[in-house]
Amino acid sequence: MTGGRGHGGGHGRGLLPGRVQFAAHLAGALTPARPPAAAATGAGREGWAPLPRRAVRARPSGRGLPGRAKWALRAASLLVPLAAWLVIGGAQLVEETFLPSPAAVWAAFTEMLADGRLVSDTLASLGRVGAGFGLAVLISVPLGFVMGMSAAGQALFEPGVGLLRYMPASAFIPLLIIWLGLGEASKVAILVIGVVFFNTLMTADVVRKVPGELRQAAATLGATSGEIVRKVVWPHALPGILDAMRVNAAAAWNLVVVAELVAAESGLGYRIVRAQRFLQTDTIFAVLVVIGLIGLCIDVLLRVLRDRVGRWSA
Amino acid sequence: MTLALRDVGKEYGRLRVLDGIDLTVAPGEFVCIVGASGSGKSTLLSLIAGLAPATRGTVTLDGEPVTGPGPERGLVFQSGALFPFLTVAENVAFGLRLLPLPRADRAARVEWYLREVGLLPLAGALPKELSGGQRQRVAIARALACEPSVLLLDEPFGALDVQTKEDMQLFLRQVWLDTGTTVLMVTHDVEEAVLLAQRVIVLGCDPGRVAAEVPVTLPAERPLEIKRTAGFHALRSTVEDLVRANMSTR
Ligand SMILES: Nc1ncnc2c1ncn2[C@@H]1O[C@H](COP(=O)(O)OP(=O)(O)OP(=O)(O)O)[C@@H](O)[C@H]1O
Ligand SMILES: [Mg+2]
Repeated sequence: MTGGRGHGGGHGRGLLPGRVQFAAHLAGALTPARPPAAAATGAGREGWAPLPRRAVRARPSGRGLPGRAKWALRAASLLVPLAAWLVIGGAQLVEETFLPSPAAVWAAFTEMLADGRLVSDTLASLGRVGAGFGLAVLISVPLGFVMGMSAAGQALFEPGVGLLRYMPASAFIPLLIIWLGLGEASKVAILVIGVVFFNTLMTADVVRKVPGELRQAAATLGATSGEIVRKVVWPHALPGILDAMRVNAAAAWNLVVVAELVAAESGLGYRIVRAQRFLQTDTIFAVLVVIGLIGLCIDVLLRVLRDRVGRWSA
Repeated sequence: MTLALRDVGKEYGRLRVLDGIDLTVAPGEFVCIVGASGSGKSTLLSLIAGLAPATRGTVTLDGEPVTGPGPERGLVFQSGALFPFLTVAENVAFGLRLLPLPRADRAARVEWYLREVGLLPLAGALPKELSGGQRQRVAIARALACEPSVLLLDEPFGALDVQTKEDMQLFLRQVWLDTGTTVLMVTHDVEEAVLLAQRVIVLGCDPGRVAAEVPVTLPAERPLEIKRTAGFHALRSTVEDLVRANMSTR
């Protein structure tokens, strides 16, 4: 285009005169010897200094980390605090009642393990989580499907669930004790309240994200509405539902301990309250570590399950 | 099987997308619909597939009015819309599994269609492991396995590179010759339409209507080289001019 002046390309007949006019308009007093097209693009740019280039750049793919370095960092994230604890505890910088030494915590742990309290407390807490979380999942997954698949379901449940979600479950504890007493029912109920609303909304989101095209494709292949739910929406949503469950299992595990702190005769939370009464901080520490480790195990289990089920997604 | 549209119209609120569409597709025909973007090609196909209701007129298959989606009107999407959690073979088997078929019969059918589309070695692969062309082959096999009276395709090769696209065009034509299935395909690629179809329908815009119909007077044997012949060029120009003349003026 640069050299052609109205008689160049065969297909430019209608285009060039206009461009020449446009160029002349833009170029103003520029030397008439310049090819018009070049004048059009070159008008203001002539005087600009070269655009500076920045020396620092982002690395969009992130910094790669060799496997060994990754493991070293993972180990450090646990070992450094542990070492600090050993040093501070060992040097008796803080009174033993406030910060027990690792040795004292270990002793408390083995003692609880030996007399069976640890096992029975852990089973009590796990049993409550199993019942409460399980019930919440049984309610929230179908409810989430209804909300995710039908506009009516969405309109009916979204406001209520959305509001209840913002009420802290732990604030229901006094109410539930009045309603259901101090037994297991109130603890299971608190877990259901703490999990069901979040899990419902998260499930509904996952279900809503199933591409409509897949449902349409299934329909054109002869699937009924029920078959679309079972054979398309369910398998497509399952990994996302497991993700939601993983997040909410952590919440449930936290909440059961809170509930046991308030009112219980067994469980890991109850063990902490007991220990507090006798200023047994070493026992409290040991129970906290156990709570953390069990939570981690639940998370890893759910993650393994999710990765198996979701192998198909990129 | 005869697909017939009589005075079909479609409105979205106040937007008139299609108006007064009359169209008949005879058994075994290969018909292409071309038209500018926004002329309502996809809308027309979804009416025929039964995914959306027409606001006026009737769509019938062998005299039976179309009221919803069904396997006798198989639809292939531009994206393929494969079920990502199923293997290639399971995708092809999807429609068959909904029917009371003996297991061996179903397996034999799946194998036949996988062989037909050249994907038998990839039967156990997941969609994420396939190339774009392979995905479309699975989508076509999946629809064909239900033995549709008419195979509907909405720009099935629009997202493919030129070489793969040519491969797939020859492939589709071969499938049509092999199976005798009636094919109604939407495309914006005029060359593709002329290469494949026996008849090209040009859709005009605002609202979408049948603006012209061009019979493709080329021999049944259509290797890629046919694109270089004068007859092909002439047809292609005719259709291109018609599409351009019926573009939206807005
Ligand atoms: N669900 C919908 N709601 C409202 N308007 C719609 C809907 N679907 C399509 N339309 C409108 O209908 C018109 C035709 O759309 P359609 O997708 O059928 O065109 P098309 O010919 O397939 O275009 P393209 O070649 O770009 O795919 C467009 O103006 C579009 O905005
Ligand atoms: Mg379209």
